[in-house]
Amino acid sequence: MTSTASPVPAVSRQRPPLGGFTSTFLLLEIRRVLRNRRTMIFILVMPAVFFLLFGLPQRGQTLDNGSPATGYIMISLAVYGAMVATTSGGGMVAVERALGWSRQLRLTPLRPAAYVTTKVLTAMALGLVAVVVEFAVGGLSGVRMPLHVWLLAGLAAWIGSLVFAAFGLFVGYLAPAENVMQFLGPILAILAMFGGLFVPLEVLPQAMQDIARFTPVYGVGEIARSPLTGSGFTLGAVVNVLAWTVAFGFGAARLFRRDTQRV
Amino acid sequence: MTRSTTAVPVARPVASGAGTPAVELTGLTKTFGPVTAVDGLSLRIEPGEVVAFLGPNGAGKTTTIDMLLGLAQPTSGTVRVYGQAPADAIGQGRIAAVMQTGGLLKDLTVAETVRMTATFFSHARPVTEVLDRAGITGIADRLVGKCSGGQQQRLRFALALLSDPDLMVLDEPTTGMDVEGRRDFWTAIRQDARAGRTILFATHYLEEADAYADRIVLVRQGRIVADGTSAEIKNLAAGRLVRATLPGADQVRLAALPGVDSVEVRGDTVLLHATDSDAVARHLLTTTAARDLEITSRNLEDAFIALTATEAPNRGTTTAGDAAGAAVEDRRTR
Repeated sequence: MTSTASPVPAVSRQRPPLGGFTSTFLLLEIRRVLRNRRTMIFILVMPAVFFLLFGLPQRGQTLDNGSPATGYIMISLAVYGAMVATTSGGGMVAVERALGWSRQLRLTPLRPAAYVTTKVLTAMALGLVAVVVEFAVGGLSGVRMPLHVWLLAGLAAWIGSLVFAAFGLFVGYLAPAENVMQFLGPILAILAMFGGLFVPLEVLPQAMQDIARFTPVYGVGEIARSPLTGSGFTLGAVVNVLAWTVAFGFGAARLFRRDTQRV
Repeated sequence: MTRSTTAVPVARPVASGAGTPAVELTGLTKTFGPVTAVDGLSLRIEPGEVVAFLGPNGAGKTTTIDMLLGLAQPTSGTVRVYGQAPADAIGQGRIAAVMQTGGLLKDLTVAETVRMTATFFSHARPVTEVLDRAGITGIADRLVGKCSGGQQQRLRFALALLSDPDLMVLDEPTTGMDVEGRRDFWTAIRQDARAGRTILFATHYLEEADAYADRIVLVRQGRIVADGTSAEIKNLAAGRLVRATLPGADQVRLAALPGVDSVEVRGDTVLLHATDSDAVARHLLTTTAARDLEITSRNLEDAFIALTATEAPNRGTTTAGDAAGAAVEDRRTR
């Protein structure tokens, strides 16, 4: 074996490029979350089971424009799966802070920005898996929609779930707890209800419908379903998505800065 | 509170001349509200030294290490690592640390943890090499959460090896390990240290400092109370206590005797702590009116406790001048 340490480094040491961000790091992170059985149950199995329980009985029913009601439910549940996935992806920082891993990372050249970028990308990869699985379950169960509806709805569900990657990071920096998803789960379910993911908003009391417009799932749900319903989406839905992304992103950034500067 | 203790001035040859020290702490102070955890600590470590940072719990070891690593900002004073600020040295992978607990992801395997950490450095040693050097090749595919405390500690050591650091800092690395685990761990460290890496480790195990360090820095209440080679510290600790009845003892004269660390006068009784108790006894019996002379030895553990115990109100302890102020504050004398 070669002798390695030299008292004074002969080679010029340098910081890694991109702040330490690498595809190896990202792939290891993705593999790690995919290995987590509980996460997989919540983001893949549960939405799929929901569809089989609540979607399939609606087979044969159609929306006002003739689209299948099962498609409506499938897209809603894809949004739900994606939001749970990206929230838990972002929320991983809570676990890592609780375990002292974040502190360990501060002893390496990895830049905090590269770390957060990796977390967001991991969360989004998880969100994509959730959407694809839900759509696969739907497709295999007989949901038939035009190709562009599959694509646009899928993209909207996936990209819109960025809101929740930010939300997960926000909570992750707020509470360094290993069990953060245990209290986030019920919160997400309530938000999903207000977003019309479990039952159409129209069946809820008017007061709840009014509140729902301002909750963070509403916009994503509306936009993701619009290719199917054909009724388009309102400016309000777009503003809703953007406003919540900015709000959670800003909150996460502030807490993140506090965390990395904490001394 | 009067400062009855001063650091033992062991003359350290300034190794390798005017080179940049591996570590240079200057007047380092850290306060948490009313509590002063580190109190004007200054320390210079030359490249290649293996230094034990020894002291009881709460002596300020971990706080000092946090500042050395840039994890905490000093209230005042400066930290330089190879002439750089800690953050820059870490950015270049020149410092690595093995922390006491935590800092590992339970749902990665041992090898994955090393592989992931390797991606953070611009130049990292091969994964197989550091696994081998840390002695954990055999458990490479085990989940970190299923590893024993000693195995996790060797994993932390493997991670610290990745960047081939110039300075390795270990904060109480063997806490909670059994004797065998501790020995294996240090064997791995020692084998690796041959190449001239600077090592600073905190410990509250006296024997660990003695066995593995070239130099021991003893801290108490955020200050350095002794600094020397293991042998020097042991010598200091191995001194004897001479007690005699001597009315009107001349403290200053007694303190100036060779090998006397401290002199305490209580009424007609004089207590001297000295490395050469024979010389002191001879002096007392031949040139003074001392009687009832008694010599007791103090073991290593006692001395360590005396050196590092919390400061109590002084009772006329005189340190033996600035030059030889070993200042063993002997409240424990019966």
